[in-house]
Amino acid sequence: MFQSLNHLISAWWPEPLRLILFLVGIMSFVGLNAAYLVWVERKGAARFQRRPGPTEVGWAGLLQPIADAAKLMSKQLILPAGVDATLFRVAPLLMMSPVLMSLAVIPWGRNLAACNLNVGLLMIFAFGSINVMAIMLGGWSSRNKYAIISAARVVSQNVAYEIPMLLVVITMIMVTGTMNLSEIVIQQSGAFWHWNIFRVWINPLMPVTFLIFFTCMLAETNRAPFDMAEAESELVAGAYTEYSGMGFGVFFMAEYANILLGCALATVLFLGGWQSPIGNLLGDSQSIVGVLFGVFWFFVKMYFLVFSVVWIRWTFPRTQFYRLLNLSWKILIPISLVTLILSSAMIKLFHQ
Amino acid sequence: MQDALFYTFAFLTLMFGFLVIANPFSRNPVTSAMFLVLTIISLAGLFVLLHAFFLAAVQVLVYAGAVMVLFLFVIMLLDLKAEERRKIKTLGVVGGLISTGAILAIFLSSLLKAPLGATQSPVVEGGTVALAKLLFTQYLLPFEIVSLLLLVAIVGVVLLSKKDLK
Repeated sequence: MFQSLNHLISAWWPEPLRLILFLVGIMSFVGLNAAYLVWVERKGAARFQRRPGPTEVGWAGLLQPIADAAKLMSKQLILPAGVDATLFRVAPLLMMSPVLMSLAVIPWGRNLAACNLNVGLLMIFAFGSINVMAIMLGGWSSRNKYAIISAARVVSQNVAYEIPMLLVVITMIMVTGTMNLSEIVIQQSGAFWHWNIFRVWINPLMPVTFLIFFTCMLAETNRAPFDMAEAESELVAGAYTEYSGMGFGVFFMAEYANILLGCALATVLFLGGWQSPIGNLLGDSQSIVGVLFGVFWFFVKMYFLVFSVVWIRWTFPRTQFYRLLNLSWKILIPISLVTLILSSAMIKLFHQ
Repeated sequence: MQDALFYTFAFLTLMFGFLVIANPFSRNPVTSAMFLVLTIISLAGLFVLLHAFFLAAVQVLVYAGAVMVLFLFVIMLLDLKAEERRKIKTLGVVGGLISTGAILAIFLSSLLKAPLGATQSPVVEGGTVALAKLLFTQYLLPFEIVSLLLLVAIVGVVLLSKKDLK
């Protein structure tokens, strides 16, 4: 009895402990990023509009996110009359937890993923699809006209953009031949022309594929110019209208966590993940220095994409809703189908 | 550990499945749909225990993600009120009993055919290539028939949503 118990503990303890450590790490990483991406967003917006942005709290407003967090956490969580209480409370958590789980399969560096799954790519999309449900439930359970309109918009938008995104991802799975994110990165080792975005000899439309992925990522995370779900000029705050305090805060954090996840995924799929753009300078990429060097490059690429998201938000005005759907159904889906067929034909003809 | 997890997931699946159709606390269709999502996710857990990671991920992606979102969307758009207790129709009962019996017969026949006892658990994680090969060789006909079913569903939706039929 005791022996079997001991055996059980020694067999199961290290793995859960490692997973818990990783999850705690990811959670704090997401929290910190969400807070400071808001700062980046506000500073960026200010710079694009030729004004200084937050300056009061801390140097260059660097303590502003902490002040905001304290404000949100000390606010009362109001449950408006007539809402579906359970769903209203569950929705923010349902928005946040899939992102945290998805981030567990992202390889931040060589051998640096919480959970190196063979179907990691598929798992991210499996959990990503739950996000839609979270916003929809949040909007519907609020019993508010604007929130329900926003929920309806979110569903039609996300369903429309999930198709080209998954088509692009299927193209990438065909090109790389695996759904394991670490292996996808390892295949792109070498200088920057080995990255998937530049592998035009497999598919001449590869940069277009990346653009489609990035556009769909913007639409899936409800970012401008596709932020129809929370168009402030029409819908107050969309699905989040009735949320107060940390209920709103969690939605807000999840939005930034989703952006982070999308950019990390774009980095892994197209921009070579932790591979440095000038080839492997340090020789041994397995050592601690090599891994940290990889993590550095991963973050450079990811944060460049995150910055582009902010950049796009303050450069393009919001589109109209029917244009948004037209873009997906009439332009992005046909193009992504063409890239899918083209790359399968190219692989069959030249690379087998 | 495996057994404990199996029983946990199996219990959760059955409990959530029961709550979908007969929830004693609320008769709101959205609540039922949410319990259906939980049922699907527990089923995905069972798939993971069978080392079928691919199936588990696809289960969550297709059913919990896509299909249930559309279910919920339709429920919310139609704005169904909490369902009242309706009179049970004879035709419904007969149809339900026949289809349940048919499903039970299929289930029992396949269960009796399967060799019970300790079988070797598959080691391959996911195994998309093996799955695809089986799907496109041995099970090609059922696969194509299922896609035909989807085509019928699409035609049906177009027919139903057309306002003026001539």
